[in-house]
Amino acid sequence: MAANYDIPTPKKRLLSLQINPKLFEKATDEEKKQQDVMAQSTTFFRDGMRRLMKNPLAVISMIILIFVILVMAIAPSVVPYGYDEIITVEGVRDKEAANLKPFEYSPKEQAYMEKYNVQVFPHIMGTDELCRDYFIRVVYGTRVSFFVGIFASLMVLVIGTIYGAIAGYAGGKTDLIMMRIVDIIYSLPDILIIILLSVVLRETLDVSKVPLLGGLGSNMISMFIVFGLLYWVGMARLVRGQVLQTKENEYVLAAKSMGASSGRIIRKHILPNCLSVIIITTAQQIPTAIFTESYLSFIGLGVSLPRPSLGSLANAARSGMQSYPWKLVFPAAAIVLIVLAFNLIGDAMRDAFDPKLRK
Amino acid sequence: MGVPEKIDTENLVELHNLKEYFPVRTGAFSTVPLKAVDGVSFNIRAGETLGLVGESGCGKTTVGRTMLRLYKPTGGEFYFDGELVTDKNIHRLRKQMQMVFQDPYSSLDPRMTVEDIIGEPLDIYHLYSSKAQRHERIMELMELVGLNAEHATRYAHEFSGGQRQRIGIARALAVNPKFIVCDEPVSALDVSIQAQVINMFEDLQKKLGVAYLFIAHDLLVVHHISKRIAVMYLGKLVEIADADDLNDNPIHPYTLSLLSAIPIPDPKTARASKRIVLEGDVPSPMHMPSGCPFRTRCRYATEQCAKEMPPLTDRGNGHSVACWNR
Ligand SMILES: Nc1ncnc2c1ncn2[C@@H]1O[C@H](COP(=O)(O)OP(=O)(O)O)[C@@H](O)[C@H]1O
Ligand code: SF4
Ligand SMILES: [Mg+2]
Repeated sequence: MAANYDIPTPKKRLLSLQINPKLFEKATDEEKKQQDVMAQSTTFFRDGMRRLMKNPLAVISMIILIFVILVMAIAPSVVPYGYDEIITVEGVRDKEAANLKPFEYSPKEQAYMEKYNVQVFPHIMGTDELCRDYFIRVVYGTRVSFFVGIFASLMVLVIGTIYGAIAGYAGGKTDLIMMRIVDIIYSLPDILIIILLSVVLRETLDVSKVPLLGGLGSNMISMFIVFGLLYWVGMARLVRGQVLQTKENEYVLAAKSMGASSGRIIRKHILPNCLSVIIITTAQQIPTAIFTESYLSFIGLGVSLPRPSLGSLANAARSGMQSYPWKLVFPAAAIVLIVLAFNLIGDAMRDAFDPKLRK
Repeated sequence: MGVPEKIDTENLVELHNLKEYFPVRTGAFSTVPLKAVDGVSFNIRAGETLGLVGESGCGKTTVGRTMLRLYKPTGGEFYFDGELVTDKNIHRLRKQMQMVFQDPYSSLDPRMTVEDIIGEPLDIYHLYSSKAQRHERIMELMELVGLNAEHATRYAHEFSGGQRQRIGIARALAVNPKFIVCDEPVSALDVSIQAQVINMFEDLQKKLGVAYLFIAHDLLVVHHISKRIAVMYLGKLVEIADADDLNDNPIHPYTLSLLSAIPIPDPKTARASKRIVLEGDVPSPMHMPSGCPFRTRCRYATEQCAKEMPPLTDRGNGHSVACWNR
């Protein structure tokens, strides 16, 4: 049989491991324990969250976003004005309340306050040229932008992940054809396509009779279609690359050798190992979508009036930029703040969860 | 299943003329077969170990993976326990044939706890009736391979290479297999850990009666654990013999050079055995030399070697060699 450890005579067996046991000392229990373990036990998620929380930019961004979300949720029930409601004093339209500065009251409101000795809710961001409270319009605009950003990202997530996962797992010719389609879409100049599609869809799409969607206006719907058609390709490429890479790991082969089905391998091994990339990419997609929505609304192709979005508010403020600069500053600042915060969080998430950067 | 064809009742594993050619793309529409494994045959008895050695790239891994049908074989038959392995019965037979992988890092899913990794084969074959039973079996397996059962909820990346390889072994043992392909299970480990893990493989064999195909690229590791050793060169077996017989009486020129490459600490023995240094590189498996694959590096090569591949012939005592001139 095999070479014997206990005979410390090297020349007897040409092939033996030739280890002389007499030269070795028995390890103490303490030494054995030192060999034993290991890093602190953490799950992948907790580990990533810990690193995320150590990033000051990410924490500040999160605080800003939480603040914005709170304002969006609370303001409509606290502020006694509607986004399309013209200011009235004692049931009469207040024609003098147009273009007020932040925290300014119109003469009628001042008279009213003095007469009854009460406080009228201030116009935190002033009013617009149609005598509507500007703060509540900006809040609603932010809501629309958020909604568009998150919904569009979810659409990109679903389409891109399914498409990319199929291409990556199938491989071969299927993959080749599917990815050439992606390449074609990817090479189109997206802003041009968005503008063309928005114009065409606006003309041809009639959603006013469709329940639920009708309220959004055809512009918003066409925007989702545009997002759905164009922006999933980036996601599909990423997911495919990740699936291809994950598929090559020996643990996938090991699962196969144990008799696991393809479904089980995708569910238990491939998707969980691609999840962080998918989540991070989705998070990074949100600011892109918000920015594109603002951009389209700004050039008049976005959300339809009277519903405000941050982009259309900024667009409307353009005409009176010299006299009423704050009307441009507030929505523009809101766009910058939100897009920046989302971007910083997305990047921080990538740094915290990307397994390639793990030590 | 029909009538199982059985050739020798004593053999658990019988491999006949296994071939695995990978198509390699050479142009847009042309492929050339890469003969990774070209006509390999061997037998393994229940509870025994066959060592398989050869330089890296000679097709050892491919033999193991093709046996388990991770690759579809190009040709040859594999009888397991007297039953011809086909695509139809492989799912059932995988319960009896498992594999331990070379790389203890990439062969364990980083998103799974040790408990789930070892439990995966149990999950696939529904080998438990309750969560508690599953847990108990996993604890038992961890103990068997010398892992601390308290670490069941840890992730694989928290363990050292040797411990990870033990996890891989526990996973392979979970279904009570009769046969395990061990694909260079220690070559990624520190030398100090290698001996521990090899000893564990031996202990497990004694306890469980499992048979191994033990792959390694150096003879030293394999000799310690194997009953028989097969030497492979460029997809072909060139010599197969009992481990001690191969050690004391090597015949094939390639085996001789492998043996002489082992460093010997005793200077007297070292002087006695002259070192044979192999010249030239291993030829590419896509451009195999005609006749004997070893002839480009062989000191004994003659004209006949270029014409015809030498058959594996028995030289007595089950010691078979494929060489015209020795
Ligand atoms: N899936 C594959 N496709 C194409 N060629 C492969 C594949 N797997 C292995 N090979 C080739 O087959 C030969 C043998 O490889 P392998 O079995 O891994 O060798 P070993 O395990 O002995 O180092 C090598 O030349 C390798 O490049
Ligand atoms: S057959 Fe010829 S070339 Fe091949 S090993 Fe023997 S002597 Fe060398
Ligand atoms: Mg190998």
